[in-house]
Amino acid sequence: MSDLRTPLSKVRGLGSAKDGTGHFWLQRVSALANVFLISFFVIFIITMQGADYASFVEAVKNPFTSIMLLAVVLVSCFHMKLGMQVIIEDYIHSEFTKVLAIIGNIFFSSFVALAAVVAIIKISLGA
Amino acid sequence: MVQLTLPKNSRMGEGKVWPKPEGATNIREYRIYRWTPEDGRNPRVDTYYVDQDECGPMVLDALIYIKNHVDPTLTFRRSCREGICGSCAMNIDGGNTLACTKGSDDCSGEVIKIYPLPHMPVVKDLVPDLTQFYTQHRSIEPWLKTTTPAPEKEWLQSKEDRAKLDGLYECILCASCSTSCPSYWWNGDRYLGPAVLLQAYRWLIDSRDEATGERLDNLEDPFRLYRCHTIMNCTQTCPKGLNPAKAIAEIKKMMVERRV
Repeated sequence: MSDLRTPLSKVRGLGSAKDGTGHFWLQRVSALANVFLISFFVIFIITMQGADYASFVEAVKNPFTSIMLLAVVLVSCFHMKLGMQVIIEDYIHSEFTKVLAIIGNIFFSSFVALAAVVAIIKISLGA
Repeated sequence: MVQLTLPKNSRMGEGKVWPKPEGATNIREYRIYRWTPEDGRNPRVDTYYVDQDECGPMVLDALIYIKNHVDPTLTFRRSCREGICGSCAMNIDGGNTLACTKGSDDCSGEVIKIYPLPHMPVVKDLVPDLTQFYTQHRSIEPWLKTTTPAPEKEWLQSKEDRAKLDGLYECILCASCSTSCPSYWWNGDRYLGPAVLLQAYRWLIDSRDEATGERLDNLEDPFRLYRCHTIMNCTQTCPKGLNPAKAIAEIKKMMVERRV
């Protein structure tokens, strides 16, 4: 089938989505938050080196540590979701596969985040 | 997915080796991409030898030497021969630049390899089809847009505001930057590319323009604008020494500024 649409019609396409700045902004804000959160996480892991199971659980039960660990998990997974979405949009060009991958990305990131949140809360509340 | 291998009819073949000029002592070897739509053959690379004593110092001079003395079928665009028209943009010695401002002596290798601008449809030899590129430029409405009735004489602009256009108005739309950008290669149908975004910014910060918000609305799109990941190939390759990556960053800043 020959395409008789004008070049301008093709370039304008479906118009501007008037969106994308939220994604851009949140990716940078979450990156900034991660500078502190990942630093905390690395320092936490280093200080816990060699600790036995009981003392590790004890450390995670500290309210400040649990809040920070929850923040690490939530912000990282959110940042991961945003970053992966960009990669999918960059490289996957079949519309169907792209939508499938974007949905899969949301499901996967959410599941990883929720699983980690449940684990931290369970330890934190001593269940 | 992104296609990493070339389709069968685009795979490069061996081309013709043209004879060396007789009696020449200062010879430089050029390997140039050739493709003609009519003959049904795959693209190939021809080898030419140029007598550097018989031609000017720029790569464009060598191309003109080849066309005049060796092979009149070699096809390329050129016009002003002084870096202001943008016609002779091509991939020389691994980078997109203007043949007329790139000196043969500035090419790193012994052999100078010349290809058309990357990832554009080829019309013939070194001539790319830039319809899409020009249409994208048209789509950002690159002209002064005002609602206020036009003044009797002219729209005034302070010297400070005029200075904001420096580094932008010099763009000659040669497409070197856009065709060096992987995001433009993969998503050129929707991503506007560095050249067009630099032009868009040129109108966004023009103090005389009254359509800034409307212009930003038209650009605010995950594909039109946000495919730029600031890898800066555009800035590195620009033969006019401009900085499209910075212009794009400034557009992103305006986008954030109007909502935060």
